[in-house]
Amino acid sequence: MKNIVIAILVAFFSISAVAQEKKSKNKKAEIKVAGNCEMCEKRIEKAAFSVKGVKSADWHADHQDIHLIIDENKCSVEDVAKAIAKVGHDTEIVKAKDEDYERLHGCCNYERL
Amino acid sequence: MYKKIALVLFFISSVASAQEIIKGIVVDEKKQPLLGANIIWQKSTSGTTSDEKGNFSIEKPAEFSILEISYEGFETQKIEVTSTESLTIILKEVNNLKEVTISKTKRSTEHSLYKVTNVQTMGQKELLKAACCNLSESFSTNPSIDVNFSDAVTGNKQIKMLGLTSPYILIAEENIPSVRGASQAYGLSFVPGTWVESIQITKGAGSVINGYESISGQINYEVLKPVNDIPFFLNVYGSQDSRYELNTHFNHKYSDKLSTTLFLHGNTRQSRNDMNDDGFLDNPIGKQVNILNRWQYNDTEKGWVSFLNLRYMNDEKQAGEVDFNPDTDKLTTNAWGSEVNTEKIEISNKTGYVFPEMPYQSFGFQNSFQSHKQESYFGLNQYNIHQTSFYSNLLFNSIISNTKNKFTTGINFAYDKYDEVVNVNFDQDFSRIDNSVGAFFEYTFDNLNNFSLVAGARADYHNRLGTFVTPRLHIRYNPWEQAVIRASIGRGKRAANIFAENQQLFASSRDFSILNSDGKLYGLNPEIAWNYGLSFIQKFKLLGMSSEVILDYYVTDFQNQAVVDIDANAQQVLFYNLDGKSFANSFQAEFSIELIKHLNFKTAYKYYDVQTQFSTGQLQKALQAKHRFFGNLSFETHIKDKGQQWKFDFTYNWLGEQRLPNTSMNPTVYQLADYAPAFAVMNTQITRTFSSTFEMYIGGENIGNYKQNNGIVQNENPFGSYFDSSMIYGPTFGAMYYAGLRFKIK
Repeated sequence: MKNIVIAILVAFFSISAVAQEKKSKNKKAEIKVAGNCEMCEKRIEKAAFSVKGVKSADWHADHQDIHLIIDENKCSVEDVAKAIAKVGHDTEIVKAKDEDYERLHGCCNYERL
Repeated sequence: MYKKIALVLFFISSVASAQEIIKGIVVDEKKQPLLGANIIWQKSTSGTTSDEKGNFSIEKPAEFSILEISYEGFETQKIEVTSTESLTIILKEVNNLKEVTISKTKRSTEHSLYKVTNVQTMGQKELLKAACCNLSESFSTNPSIDVNFSDAVTGNKQIKMLGLTSPYILIAEENIPSVRGASQAYGLSFVPGTWVESIQITKGAGSVINGYESISGQINYEVLKPVNDIPFFLNVYGSQDSRYELNTHFNHKYSDKLSTTLFLHGNTRQSRNDMNDDGFLDNPIGKQVNILNRWQYNDTEKGWVSFLNLRYMNDEKQAGEVDFNPDTDKLTTNAWGSEVNTEKIEISNKTGYVFPEMPYQSFGFQNSFQSHKQESYFGLNQYNIHQTSFYSNLLFNSIISNTKNKFTTGINFAYDKYDEVVNVNFDQDFSRIDNSVGAFFEYTFDNLNNFSLVAGARADYHNRLGTFVTPRLHIRYNPWEQAVIRASIGRGKRAANIFAENQQLFASSRDFSILNSDGKLYGLNPEIAWNYGLSFIQKFKLLGMSSEVILDYYVTDFQNQAVVDIDANAQQVLFYNLDGKSFANSFQAEFSIELIKHLNFKTAYKYYDVQTQFSTGQLQKALQAKHRFFGNLSFETHIKDKGQQWKFDFTYNWLGEQRLPNTSMNPTVYQLADYAPAFAVMNTQITRTFSSTFEMYIGGENIGNYKQNNGIVQNENPFGSYFDSSMIYGPTFGAMYYAGLRFKIK
């Protein structure tokens, strides 16, 4: 219980800290995105680029993360995470729905976050 | 179950008395059987493995009681066996697998499946296959580039791509055009092979960024970077024809940001060889000193990188009759001889800046100053050229909305001052100043999957070529796995330096004449050509071995060309504007396979149809084989702990018959056949690496000892009117062996 309270407090403060920053046109962000193979890479990056305002998206299989550069005036990291989750890949912010995960190709059935 | 085991036990114990049999099953947490789990008695070597149903049975020696069950990716379990009851062993999966290293030998030449242009990269490994010596010789193991045989007088090995000679290839050092204008004939031999880190060969039109001059392709070479270089490198080479080369590199890193390398090169050939007994040296004698000091400044945090190159080169060559002495015989008819002395000074700088917040956005600024001075005579013909040039290129790279859409744009400026004097059957000063300014824009689209394109255009103003636009387009598509189709189309335009590019013709008694007078370049018009190309690569496994098939078809179609006609008359060279058709069609099929680990085989067939409309009719290009066959076999042993390794390399080149220039009007004794015979040339090299810092190599060129014997027409009277040493279709020296060593301090 104590841990949950701390986690919520931390999350709250970090959100308010972000809110105080000026919106950057070239915001760098790295978020955890689960995936396996080259097919996953294409799918994840394609999903990221489908969000308007994403300038650069580079997913690394070995680190299981995506390096993003976004225009914060046009989108947020969460928007990108949602788009990635929608094509079946769990992110640290948004998890994919089970039915979207099931639709992935056999070799893309990564270990869920 | 119990009954069964009891029965089995009874049966077995009756056969092998006192031996107990332990049976069991190995499964994972989901109760799925595990095939091939290892089951052994602890501290023993006796064990077994589970079958496809996870079952195992093992004899229990009296002295052991603990079973170890292990399976890759699962935690090892130990179980004390106290009875003969059947065991069910549940193994837990290990979540963090130990890192697995998958080693794959890097290919010496890489063909990309994802780059838009048809570019292949020759790495250091490929460059080492031909130990000797300079850039023009580096291509002998690459089927896309044909290396011509050096003629006796210039000793120069000209390269060809898609059936067209090097003037139609844009040759750049780190994207700054380097071999051009006055340096066209010898330029590649002024770059020692050990300086080169890698070579990128682009077939077809290529990018617009480096200029408008490329027609059949682009060759870019990267020089070793001081920041990753080793403190000391030494290469010594000696060959049977008394050619000696010495290369030393000294590297010093002043800080993590500033580093420098000093490259020193010297080569010499002293002894006079005449293996085909024609009274002429087979290779020029001479010496070269070549010094490059390269500085690199790197600040990765702030995004800056900068290079400064300072270079000086002096090259002296002497050729001609064996007993020619320049002190007494120069420009006389005592004996026929030639000297070519070249001095080159170069200062260049490149600076790049990558925006730290936006890694996809960058600036580049390149500047280069070059002075290339050649003083030469060939018998009684004299040729002097001094080119002073300045080149500047400013580039900006960025994206449009996201990194799927990239662009490069910029402006460049070129200034070339030529002091050129030709003294042959006429004495004329062709000195001139050329300058040009241009702007370019190149857009790259990549769908991150199976399609990309590069569309570029540039607009230039040139005081002799006029104002013109150069469009280029490249498309790449991956139709299925491990395959790529590429298409390209582009236009090129250039000023032909007719004398500098055809210097070998000075070593003849031919009269020179330029038939046009209204053009701005020696009276001629600029050369214009379109290049169209189609290429297909498929990588696949053939019986489990990685293989690759490459098919290329390229067409170069000249709208105008500065035609060099040596067929109209054997006593003349005519230069005139193209009137009619001139084209070069080339087809190449290449297959490579890794036969067993470390044994690679590569083979290629090449077909060239190169024709030009001469004043006397449409003819195949002379001294160009229509059919060529290439094979390369390379083997290397596994690298041992201290780096010891053997490397073997064998290259086979077969050239079909080549049309010889027309000599039918000569007296019969000075006539050549219509076609040169087909022949094959074989090269081989063995390298022994003793440690990661020391290796030695020996090799042979033309080990089949093929010789062209009639390399020089009227060699017995070089001042007679039929003398010609430019009709070289094959090697004149015969077999040649060499040896050398490389030493490094890391």
